[in-house]
Amino acid sequence: MDVVEEHDIQDKPTKKKTKKQKKQPKPPHENGNDNMIEKTEPEHVDAPAEWSFPPTFSVSEIKNKQRRHLMFMKLKQEKRKQKVAMKKKKKKERDALGDKAPPKEVPKTIENQRVYDETTVNPEDEEVAFDEGTDEFSAYFNRLTNPKVLITTSDRPRGRTVRFCNQLATVIPDAHVYYRRGLALKKVIPQCIARGFTYLMVINEDRKVPNGMVLCHLPDGPTAHFKVSSVRLRKEMKRRGKDPTEHSPEVILNNFTTRLGHSMGRLFAALFPHDPQFVGRQVATFHNQRDFIFFRFHRYIFKNEKRVGIQELGPRFTLKLRSLQKGTFDSKFGEYEWVLKRHENDVCRRRFNL
Amino acid sequence: MADKSQVCSVWVGSETGILKGVSLSKKQAFNFCEMSCLSRDQEVCILGWGDQHETEVLVGSVNGTVKTFSTEKGIFTETRQCGESTQGRFTGLAVTDSALITCVETGLLRVWKEGSTDTVEINAGTNVCRMRQNPSQRNQVATGGKENGLKVWDLERPETPIFTSKNVRNDWLDLRVPEWVRDMAFIPDSDKIVTCTGHHQVRVYDPASPQRRPVLEAHFGEYPLTALSLPANQDSVVVGNTHGELAILDLRKGLVRGCLKGLAGGVRGLQCHPSLPLVASCGLDRFLRVHSLEDRSLQHKVYLKSRLNCVLLSSKDLELSSSAITGDVEEVKEEGGEVDEVWDTMEMIKDQAKKRATEEEEAVVTGVEKTTKKRKVVK
Repeated sequence: MDVVEEHDIQDKPTKKKTKKQKKQPKPPHENGNDNMIEKTEPEHVDAPAEWSFPPTFSVSEIKNKQRRHLMFMKLKQEKRKQKVAMKKKKKKERDALGDKAPPKEVPKTIENQRVYDETTVNPEDEEVAFDEGTDEFSAYFNRLTNPKVLITTSDRPRGRTVRFCNQLATVIPDAHVYYRRGLALKKVIPQCIARGFTYLMVINEDRKVPNGMVLCHLPDGPTAHFKVSSVRLRKEMKRRGKDPTEHSPEVILNNFTTRLGHSMGRLFAALFPHDPQFVGRQVATFHNQRDFIFFRFHRYIFKNEKRVGIQELGPRFTLKLRSLQKGTFDSKFGEYEWVLKRHENDVCRRRFNL
Repeated sequence: MADKSQVCSVWVGSETGILKGVSLSKKQAFNFCEMSCLSRDQEVCILGWGDQHETEVLVGSVNGTVKTFSTEKGIFTETRQCGESTQGRFTGLAVTDSALITCVETGLLRVWKEGSTDTVEINAGTNVCRMRQNPSQRNQVATGGKENGLKVWDLERPETPIFTSKNVRNDWLDLRVPEWVRDMAFIPDSDKIVTCTGHHQVRVYDPASPQRRPVLEAHFGEYPLTALSLPANQDSVVVGNTHGELAILDLRKGLVRGCLKGLAGGVRGLQCHPSLPLVASCGLDRFLRVHSLEDRSLQHKVYLKSRLNCVLLSSKDLELSSSAITGDVEEVKEEGGEVDEVWDTMEMIKDQAKKRATEEEEAVVTGVEKTTKKRKVVK
C-alpha cells in the first residue's frame, strides 16, 4: 500500500488514484522500474481523494513543477465537480419549488459593481448648470456658432489613415480634410480661427494605422487627446448600407455621467449641427462603456411603430480619453484639466472616470 | 451662515466666482455666494487673509473688485474696486497695517491706504505671474513673471527694487535660458526666496549674498510648475505642476524627496499648514485634496463642483472637531490613553489613526482613506 501511495504522488503521467489512505504525503523517492509497471494499471477511481494535509498546505509549496501541476489540475477538477454539483442541486430545488421559486439573481458585471463616482452630475445641480452654461461650449449651445471642422493627420499619412479621414468627413457635416504639410499645430490654429473653423481634428498615425486623435475646440476651447483603436473602414464592414448622404445626423450620447463625462459629451455634441435632418434617417452614436467611447454610424428605418431596422454605414472606431487640456493645443505649457495616469487608474477595476 | 463659516478651516476660490468654505472635521463644504448673481467675470483669482487673526478673507476677482468676507459673520462685508478687468487679473493680494497691496498681470503694484484715495504705485515690469509678501517683514513684497525675473520691493522705497535677480548663465549651447517665474515664497528665518518656474526649475535666491544669480537650482518633471509652498519645519518645498504632479523637494541638495499622488488635473493652488505637516492642494480637476507630508498619504478629498483657482488654509488645527461633536473627541482621548503606556513614542501617529477611524464612521469615506487606515494598523 505504502509503495503504491508514494508512486502515486511521484508519478506525473499516470494519474493513479488507487486506495487512498488518510495519511501525510511521504517524501518521494524514485523507483524507476515500478513507474513503468504502474502505467498499465487501470485508470482511477471515481471517489474523490481525501487526504488530509496540514491546514497551511497549498499547492504552490510543492517545488517540483510537474507534481505541482498535477496537484493543481486535481484541485481544479475538484472545484469544477463541486460547482456542477451545486448547480444541479439548485436547479432541482428551483424545479421543485415551481412557481414559488425566488427570482433569478442578476449576475455581477463590472458595470454593476462600478464604484460610485462622487463627480456624477446631478441634473438639478445649479452650480454645475452654471458652470456648463458659461463654459467654452456655450457659444455652440446657445446657437451662436455653427460647427465647422478641419480634419487633418500627422505628417505624411498612409492609405488607411487617408481613407479614414475621408470617411470621417462624409460622416461629419461641414468637415474639410486638409493635407498636413508638416505644419506646426500652433501655427495652424490661429489660421483656422481666422477662417471660422470651430474644431480641429488631428488623426495621428503610427505604422500606417490611425492610433490617436487630438480634438481641439477652436476659439479657446479644451483640447482632448484620445487613443484610437479598432478602426473599421467602410469596406471592412459586413452588411453595410450605402454611403451616407449629406443630411445632418442625429447624435446619441450614452452613459456620460460624471463631470468629465459631461464635458466629453458636450465636446462630441458640438461637432454636429444643432438640428438633425430626420429625413436623412442617420444617427451617430457615441457610447461610453468602461471609459471607452464607441463610435457607430447607422441608418434606421421604422418598419412599424414598434420595430426598427438599422444598417451600419460609415466607419466605426473606439476612443479612449488620455488627457483633457484647458485652452487650445499646447502640450508643453498648457494646463491639463484631466490626465490619464495609468498606474493610479488601474488600481481598482471597478472605478471609471467618464 | 455664521456658524457654517466659523467651522470652515479651508477656503477655496473657484472659477465660477463662488467662495467655498470646507470644514474637514465635519466633512462638509459650503458655498458662500448668491446663486442668482453669478457670472464668470467674478471668477476668483486670489485669496488672502485680511488680518492677523484670520477673521477676514479677501477675495480678488477678475473684474477688479476685492471683496472682504467675514468668517465670523458669514457674509461679504465690503467690496472695493481696485482696478479694472482691462488691467489684467490679480496676481497677488496682501495686507500691511491698514493698507491693501494688489498686483495685476500688467505689472501695476498698488498700495491702497484706508480712507485716502491716492495710491502708491510701483511698476513691476510686464507679465507678472505672482506677487507675495514677506511674512516676517510685512513691507517687503516679491514679484516675478514671464521674462520678468524675481524682484523684491520695499514699499517704503517704491522707486527701485531692493533685490533684482539675474538670469543664470547661458547653457551648454551658449543660448540664453528663458525665465518664467510662476510662484515664489520667502523662507522664514532667513533672507532667502525660493521660486518655481514654468520651465520646471526650482531656484533659491539669497539677497544677502553678493551673487544675484540663484544659489540653488533644482529640476522636477517636464511640465511647468504652477504652485509652491513651504512646509512648517524643514528646509523643503512642495511644488505642483500642470499635469497634477505634486512633489516635495529638499532644499539642501535640490533632490526630490517624494511625490504626492492623486491629482488628475493641473495644480492651481497649494498651501502648507503653518504648524501641522499637511498640505492642501486644489486644481482644475475640481477637487480639494489634503495630503500628509510625513507619509505622503491622502487625508481628505473633497469634490467641489467648479474648477478651483486658489486655496487658503487657516492656522487652526484642521482635525480638531468643533464643540458640537465633543462626544467623539472624548472617545478618541480615552482610546489614546489606553495605548499610551505601551506606545509612547508612537502616540501621535496612533491618535491620528484613531481620529481618522472615528471620522470615517461619521460620513462619506473615500477608498483612499480606508487603505491608509489599514496601513497604520499594520504598523
